[in-house]
Amino acid sequence: MTVRSLLSLARWYLRELNGEGEYERYSAWQRTHPHLPALSRQEYERLRMDRQDSTPGARCC
Amino acid sequence: MSIIGSTESKISLRSVAIWTTVAVVGAVAWGVLALSRGEEISAIWLVVAALGSYAIAYRFYSRFIARKVLRVDDRRATPAERLDNGVDFQPTDRRVLFGHHFAAVAGAGPLVGPVLAAQMGYLPGTIWIIVGVIFAGAVQDMVTLFFSMRRDGKSLGQMVREEIGPVGGAAALIAVFAIMIILLAVLALVVVNALAASPWGTFSIAMTIPIALFMGVYLRVLRPGRVTETSVIGIALLLLAIAGGGYVEGSAWAEVFTLSPQTLVICLVVYGFFASVLPVWMLLAPRDYLSTFMKVGTIVLLAVGVVVAAPQLQNEAITKFALDGTGPVFSGSLFPFVFITITCGALSGFHSLIASGTTPKLIQKESQVRLIGYGAMLMESFVAIMALVAANVLDPGLYFAMNSPAGLLGTTAESAATAVANLGFTISPADLQAAAAAVQENTIIARTGGAPTLAVGISEILAGIFGGGALKAFWYHFAIMFEALFILTTVDAGTRVGRFMLQDTIGNVWKPMARVSWKPGLWGTSAAVVLAWGYFLYVGVSDPLGGINQLYPLFGISNQLLAAIALTLATTLLIKSGKLRWAWVTGLPLAWIVALTMTASWQKMFSDNPKIGFLAQRERYADALADGKVLAPAKNLDQMHVVVVNSTVDAVLCSMFALLVIVIIANAAVVCYRAIRAAEPLPLAEGPYAVSTIVAPSGLFATPAERRELALTGPSGASGGLAEEAGKP
Repeated sequence: MTVRSLLSLARWYLRELNGEGEYERYSAWQRTHPHLPALSRQEYERLRMDRQDSTPGARCC
Repeated sequence: MSIIGSTESKISLRSVAIWTTVAVVGAVAWGVLALSRGEEISAIWLVVAALGSYAIAYRFYSRFIARKVLRVDDRRATPAERLDNGVDFQPTDRRVLFGHHFAAVAGAGPLVGPVLAAQMGYLPGTIWIIVGVIFAGAVQDMVTLFFSMRRDGKSLGQMVREEIGPVGGAAALIAVFAIMIILLAVLALVVVNALAASPWGTFSIAMTIPIALFMGVYLRVLRPGRVTETSVIGIALLLLAIAGGGYVEGSAWAEVFTLSPQTLVICLVVYGFFASVLPVWMLLAPRDYLSTFMKVGTIVLLAVGVVVAAPQLQNEAITKFALDGTGPVFSGSLFPFVFITITCGALSGFHSLIASGTTPKLIQKESQVRLIGYGAMLMESFVAIMALVAANVLDPGLYFAMNSPAGLLGTTAESAATAVANLGFTISPADLQAAAAAVQENTIIARTGGAPTLAVGISEILAGIFGGGALKAFWYHFAIMFEALFILTTVDAGTRVGRFMLQDTIGNVWKPMARVSWKPGLWGTSAAVVLAWGYFLYVGVSDPLGGINQLYPLFGISNQLLAAIALTLATTLLIKSGKLRWAWVTGLPLAWIVALTMTASWQKMFSDNPKIGFLAQRERYADALADGKVLAPAKNLDQMHVVVVNSTVDAVLCSMFALLVIVIIANAAVVCYRAIRAAEPLPLAEGPYAVSTIVAPSGLFATPAERRELALTGPSGASGGLAEEAGKP
């Protein structure tokens, strides 16, 4: 494993963990469904965040 | 029948050599721990014994559970695959899910318990953490995750109702709620004890609120979705707040941030209420990002610190308190109280709520329950081992001066040094003052709750590597900050979860309440939850007998009783599905934990010793009160009343927890009896079978066979996240 591939693995992991990559995934999906409205990043992220209002994740001790 | 997706490989000579080496190294480390008496040993031996044991247990025992006991089946689609809606159900990469699950289960618990248990020496705690996690804690997490996954991610309470019965189900629901309230109160008490009369700590923690609000707005308006960037800014501000605390302490502002425990309780209750009613983007989510970053960062830092500094353990292996039960930190002897004091890190019932929450809805392949359930718990256990190291590298004299109740120690360095000498340890008043000055605290006497002690331990270890004595105060407050941050995140999220549980339950009877966004319902239930834990918290800080001493055993007992509920469910399910011969895998830890919690509950209620038994304590103080006498450490008749009320409440709670668990176990025993007598397995409430098309490795690293399979099909299970939901008109 090179340093470069390790770094890209770390970057991938971080983005997956905090959900930063989700908008890109959505955009890719939206392009295959052009008849549906395309949400801006802000609209999409708000939708994603506001979902958590009704689904609280417990945190343990 | 191929049960696991990957193909069987023959046992290679290389693998035999590696595992033999691991076993030998682990055994040598255990030998050093067991045989050294009277001489100081390096903390490295503790770390090696733990890692060696974890490796062997993961490789062999968790594999045995996955294959033989649970019979995980990778040809069967998980709910994430079958019900994939891109929102709640979504196949998630195992490494990512491991991270999420670990962040959800690990918090301040594994950092506090081992510190308190250090009063009995380092050995009992070490053995319980390592053996307990291997045979009980990690097993509970893994099997609960598996059974919930097979039931489309149902919660623990729902599973008990469906698989055991309505009586058990109702008991489980009440028990879960009550246990959560106690847990939140005790965790909040740890924060209050760490911040009381400490302007530096109070300032830095108070600063986390504006920092979180700023991060929330930044993410919402300025840079939507840029979580990493926001978190990095947040961490920088946080470090600034810690450093700034040092200036505040030396300035005129110090008085503003020097708060009494009672004031801090009110602040926490108000804060908890707002965290529960405000939208998550403002406070909860940014705090969670901060806390997760700090959590992982600090754990790595501590692991590096322990390995590089390789400190010597100053504590005794087993102190006299383990045998005579007269320890000042918590009363009672080794059995059952060490096992009640250390819950998180060895066995924590609360995990069963998380293993039956979001995680089971996100698993790609059944076999991954081993990595995520068993593996994440092993990692939490390792955090507990590091906390244990940090507490045991301290001089025992200092340890007891920090952790004994104020009533015993008095308020001056001289009185504390005398009290410590009476306990059989030595520390001079000058050393006590020097220790406080080194971390720039006014006093470190009777700073109970575990957090300050751990922070001193961490600052010793980290200052040994980074920065030396000059940075000791910074590292101390850094440690206080990150513990408080964890705990407050747990309190925020717990209050919210409790509020939802309450809304859901009342909603069954009175419809408007079920609408989670109905404002009066939201405010009412939030207030009910914060006042419930706020009451116990207030009791904890105003009790003359010392809150941690009184409440911590209650927290430990309730957490372990929750584990008993989860293990009862698991054992019942194994028996119901015709796996009686494997029922010991969860049945033995269940028997152990029931013996433990029932002994502890019994002693906490009926022990003749007023230091242990709540009823004896109540009687002693009530009798004195009837004669108009004041018993130390109470200072006046009001405080006498407080003691009488508190010990009554504690006794009632303790018996209620135990009774609820007995009800569930009795109900389960009936079901098990019927299952054993029945000609064929009883019906299970499992989700339907569907064939899985996802190809994904089951362990952390893909095996060569899995890599070949992946190369053929390409990675699968990618999903558009919220895509479909968002796409809906």
